[in-house]
Amino acid sequence: MSANVISLDGLSVGSKDALTKAMEADGCSSSACGSSDAPEDMDPATWEKVKDHPCYSEEAHHYFARMHVAVAPACNIQCNYCNRKYDCANESRPGVVSERLTPEQAARKVIAVANEIPQLSVLGIAGPGDSAYDWRKTRETFKLVQEQLPDIKLCLSTNGLALPEHVDDLMDMNIDHVTLTINMIDPEVGTKIYPWIFYQHKRRIGLEASQILHERQMQSLDMLHERGILVKVNSVMIPGINDEHLLEVNKEVKRRGAFLHNIMPLISAAEHGTVFGLEGQRGPTAAELKTLQDACAGGANLMKHCRQCRADAVGLLGEDRGQEFTMDLVPDEVTYDPEKRETYREWVAKEREDRRAAAAVAKAETETAVAEDAGAMLIAVATKGGGRINQHFGHATEFQIFEVDAEGVRFVTHRRCDNYCVGGYGEEDKLELVIKTLEGIDTILCAKIGDCPREDLAAAGIEAIQDHAYDYIETAVSAVYRARRGLPAQARETA
Amino acid sequence: MALQIIQSTCTVCGACEFECPNAAISFTGETYIIDPDLCTECKGSFDSPQCAEVCPVPDTCVPA
Repeated sequence: MSANVISLDGLSVGSKDALTKAMEADGCSSSACGSSDAPEDMDPATWEKVKDHPCYSEEAHHYFARMHVAVAPACNIQCNYCNRKYDCANESRPGVVSERLTPEQAARKVIAVANEIPQLSVLGIAGPGDSAYDWRKTRETFKLVQEQLPDIKLCLSTNGLALPEHVDDLMDMNIDHVTLTINMIDPEVGTKIYPWIFYQHKRRIGLEASQILHERQMQSLDMLHERGILVKVNSVMIPGINDEHLLEVNKEVKRRGAFLHNIMPLISAAEHGTVFGLEGQRGPTAAELKTLQDACAGGANLMKHCRQCRADAVGLLGEDRGQEFTMDLVPDEVTYDPEKRETYREWVAKEREDRRAAAAVAKAETETAVAEDAGAMLIAVATKGGGRINQHFGHATEFQIFEVDAEGVRFVTHRRCDNYCVGGYGEEDKLELVIKTLEGIDTILCAKIGDCPREDLAAAGIEAIQDHAYDYIETAVSAVYRARRGLPAQARETA
Repeated sequence: MALQIIQSTCTVCGACEFECPNAAISFTGETYIIDPDLCTECKGSFDSPQCAEVCPVPDTCVPA
């Protein structure tokens, strides 16, 4: 057994013994050790369901990983943004996979990943076709995995057309997370997105297709909500087609009890061979997406940490380790070893409480040190997970963006970029792209950064700070905010 | 009186196998093929051949 229990090396955790000792030394002060309390705005039962699911809880996505297995290639609808003819390992977007698996292969792969990645908490089936339409394979996979890994959360993503028939099966298998892709609640809008659906042994086109799809999607949402299954609604934002309409979708899915609404930008390019790609339909800009998300305030809660992963993604949301677990690398026989995962979970439970406590301290300090109208500030963070500033600037393939004001620190979004540093050397043209990626942000927190890129960033008006290496994100972001916007010491005493 | 699957355009999604009322479609390990002895073009079962109705690629499930 390997001595390294946790691969997030930035978290400075070594062997199981060291981990256990560290926990004992600090003492589990609260009785809640092992089960963090629910946040203020969530009931305990719901928190229990989402606390380890990286897609349903922004906080959880710092600690837990998901994996998708591509066992369901068959689909019952055609979307203008999808073309499953091309499977490419270099492409990262939903519906794309490199290899398809049988349920038996998939179960073996899940065990292999669980043995290697202790952060693994969720197995999702998201196609590459439709998991509810290709239900026999989806169900078979879930059953095989559940027999060997009873504590893993199962979830699926579907267009909803075939889902109502399988809701009882979902209940039998204790599945309590389902993602429905709903791009419209007005079938007229649907006609521009769905050329056809296959329903009750017939291909249906035009308004009829979208009318049926819409009714079945609403039926699915209602049935799931009635049974207490949490529903995340995914919507693809397509400028000029459903962008403004998604405001109505947001209101309607909230009314029907959706737990989260994830508005994702259309990914469109001619080389994808999709109808939209070939027509030159563009995706939204980051600003357009943000405007729509802001306009949805007051409606269904929005998921903002989605990375639009592939149907065979493996790892924390910001990373994809799928290539490490292709079937040729998975042994013919694998036996599940629960030790790493159990140890990791114990550690996360404690780490989470520490992080929350640290965030509360940071918030209190900021409240007294900053004027109420000090305004908000955006700060970019390089992190490998665990909620800490623990990534070298040059290794970051994405930056998480946090907003901070007198009220506290909030995750806003992530921005992708290519890592600046490759094989030990920085690449200048990549740095320019990073600078472009960080548009509108003048501060970046990272674990370490070389003098050269730091000076180049400074010349572009971006300050890179490494003084808060390995601190919790909230602690570091608050400290920077106070340093920039804080009241003079004299004013603080009277504030 | 049977359909065939054009291998070069087939995406190997398997929807046709799932829908075929005659179990005439099987997976060979690489591709799906239609057994012409079992295929009825869905006559007597449905209005149109189910494989061609559900296939995501045009002109891929076609008369043999």
